[in-house]
Amino acid sequence: MTIQLTHFSAAFVFALFASIVFGITHRETTRDMVRYGLYCFAMFLGGVLVAGWAMWLVRR
Amino acid sequence: MANSAATKTKPETKTESAQPSAMAIIAPVVGWLIPGAGHIIQKRWIRGILLLVSIGTMFVLGLMMQGHIYKANGGDILDILGFIGDLGAGALYITALAMNWGLGAIAFAIADYGTKFMIVAGLLNFIAVADAYHIAIGKKQ
Repeated sequence: MTIQLTHFSAAFVFALFASIVFGITHRETTRDMVRYGLYCFAMFLGGVLVAGWAMWLVRR
Repeated sequence: MANSAATKTKPETKTESAQPSAMAIIAPVVGWLIPGAGHIIQKRWIRGILLLVSIGTMFVLGLMMQGHIYKANGGDILDILGFIGDLGAGALYITALAMNWGLGAIAFAIADYGTKFMIVAGLLNFIAVADAYHIAIGKKQ
């Protein structure tokens, strides 16, 4: 069984699961874990979007 | 009175110091074999299940994207690094090797993503193992 993900959906899934693990392992309290997980998720996806637009500008 | 209290508390202290040392070995080993199990055996149920689902899903998605599994005798330094990453997934990696999954060449971009998914799943499990160890020694709640 194979699966085909687009670049963005692969980045989304990657960001989601990596953020969950980072949140759990890098903070002490539940509240801090959730906040840090959301922060990592936003940074991952924000980084993807910024890098994507930067490459688009470079290519022009 | 004071002496009897002291003799009563002494064995308890010994028991408390012996328990974390055993768990400090068991939790990382179990956590490496089954992602999240190091947390689950220390009664961190939700954290353990979330780690299991996250790391397990990443690894399985990597396989489904036809990612490549690295073996120990890769030769190339990048292959060895890939092997170390893959190895972190524990039983998932051993099962994939035993079933001859993920041995194809990386033929297209999605397969390359899948390869990275599996490496990162293993590396994330290394972090989870370290976290389970920190819980076992009392460094983290």
